[in-house]
Amino acid sequence: MLYKSVNESFNEFMIERSDPKCIRCKVCVRQCAYEVHSYVEADDRLAEDNTLCIGCRRCSALCPTGAITIRSNQETFKKNESWSAAHIRNVYAQADTGGILLTAMGNPAKYPIYWDHLLLDASQVTNPSIDPLREPMELRTYLGKKPDRIEVVHNEKTGKPELKTKLSPQLTLEYPFIFSAMSYGALNLNAHRAMAAAAQELGTIYNTGEGGLHKDLFKYGKNVIVQVASGRFGVSEQYLNAGVGIEIKIGQGAKPGIGGHLPGEKVDDQISETRMIPMGSDAISPAPHHDIYSIEDLRQLIYALKEATNYTKPVSVKIAAVHHIAAIASGVARAGADIITIDGFRGGTGAAPQVIRDNVGIPMELALAAVDSRLRDEGIRNQVSIVVGGGVRNSGDAIKAIALGADAINLGTSALLAMGCTLCQRCYTGKCPWGITTNNPYLAKRLNPEIGAEKLVNLVHAWGHEMKEILGGMGLNALESLRGNRYKLRAVGLTEKDMNLLGVMPAGE
Amino acid sequence: MKRIYTIEDACIGCHLCEVGCVTEHSLSKDPVKAFLHEPERPISRCTVEELHGGIISLSTTCRHCDEPDCLRACISGAIQKNAEGVVRIDTEQCVGCWSCVMACPYGAIQRNLKKKKANKCDLCPDRKSPACVDACPNRALVYREGSQK
Repeated sequence: MLYKSVNESFNEFMIERSDPKCIRCKVCVRQCAYEVHSYVEADDRLAEDNTLCIGCRRCSALCPTGAITIRSNQETFKKNESWSAAHIRNVYAQADTGGILLTAMGNPAKYPIYWDHLLLDASQVTNPSIDPLREPMELRTYLGKKPDRIEVVHNEKTGKPELKTKLSPQLTLEYPFIFSAMSYGALNLNAHRAMAAAAQELGTIYNTGEGGLHKDLFKYGKNVIVQVASGRFGVSEQYLNAGVGIEIKIGQGAKPGIGGHLPGEKVDDQISETRMIPMGSDAISPAPHHDIYSIEDLRQLIYALKEATNYTKPVSVKIAAVHHIAAIASGVARAGADIITIDGFRGGTGAAPQVIRDNVGIPMELALAAVDSRLRDEGIRNQVSIVVGGGVRNSGDAIKAIALGADAINLGTSALLAMGCTLCQRCYTGKCPWGITTNNPYLAKRLNPEIGAEKLVNLVHAWGHEMKEILGGMGLNALESLRGNRYKLRAVGLTEKDMNLLGVMPAGE
Repeated sequence: MKRIYTIEDACIGCHLCEVGCVTEHSLSKDPVKAFLHEPERPISRCTVEELHGGIISLSTTCRHCDEPDCLRACISGAIQKNAEGVVRIDTEQCVGCWSCVMACPYGAIQRNLKKKKANKCDLCPDRKSPACVDACPNRALVYREGSQK
């Protein structure tokens, strides 16, 4: 094609436009953030440049007559089982640019998904199932350190029993879901407003991510976990005390061992004020925390944060699921963390080198089972709550995670999808056509925080209802009764070793 | 009375309110027919105004004022306010003098130059809520009880 490189001409998507249906309203022209569509005045027709299309489907969704269809480009390279079209395109792109290939969102590669090999139990004859519409069903979750034992004393004055043991601070969640850490900067303020408002309505928690907490969102403090990452953006005493919990981010499932980089172009006045960095300057999160090179160093930071907040807030440590996750988690627990957050390799990102995202880390299912088993074996499981994220796609996956030993689940990708994301994996361009991962004011308006919050609330309500149904079917009336109860899981199509790691029996046994 | 309110922060400048309005006021009420096949395409009663390349945008529509300046300016009695408070134009009576266009402080009346008739929002009498409100993908137009301001 004229003025296009060979690589650009091997485009991934094709735009099919039905001319009899096209009313020339130009919605597609206005809505495409990648300038695919154009109006040719002289001919009174719409034209498209397929090479620019990223397949976000914004145009087809907003076309009032359904005249646009986005298809994957059927034009093909010679079939090759080793070299897929994606591999070939990537080589061309790198031969053009000489750079690292960037991508976004979670690992989309074809690795086994363990959720799809686990099945849940239900009651039949020998134990009664419970109807959640008629009987109370408990999803409430407490996150934080639980005491080894509790002591109850009789209060002479009131004549009632009283808890003598001093409990550690706990986070109370009405649903076992947390809106995952996605920083202000990576996501825009509208997305953060939506998550914060939804968390408040649901009685659950929203994690700020590493970009600080915008001044308008301090009012949601009772539903906020503030994050402290290696860049320390927006961290102040006021910030640490703004939420109900603090999270130290060590790693991220999509890019374990890799830091973050918010390009200076995205740092506008609001982000600059919130992150406490100059406008237009790159916000670089180093790969490691330069004050944490050991478990002992981590302990220092955990206790520094606890000291700064007068021991009133539980401290979470977020780590990516990697090979020695169980040993690392044990160290984190012993370092004084109240919550361990494990981010699996399917967890999302706003920007990561593709080779890292697609090849580094391990599945969250295995990491969760390994950590839960290890902490139980060491007798310290009660000292920490486990929050998991990365690849929970529905309430079924969520409840399997609970049965494998998770206390709560981080919703990242699913929360973005609820707000309108179509997983086009182009967050790193800053041109999100759905107005979620862009700070361009023209595009950011597309996410109405009121609608976003409603959708998030609906999603969690829907999953909550489904989880209650599943629990009722198993004859359980509280999520607490399922937590770590792997007896309620059976495996299909897994190897002996997989089942040992997951701690589940094969179906039929 | 129920009025249409524009939420400026949520307006994405897609102009679908205009498409909805044209479709609703066409003969067929079908967008493809209204835009491509009907002999006379209606003029949209709402117009999206844009500033700074669309960073600021909003759809302007008739406020259905309590004391409408357009009604007072109308020389032929074509503009009337009904019992519910909706201000409509009787096109039979309109003589195309454009007095209402000049009088409206919101720029909410359009000129149909072909027919020589003024054109304004009628709050879609055949619909539960106006077409522009239903067409908006981002809830930038809201139909609710409230004052003209």
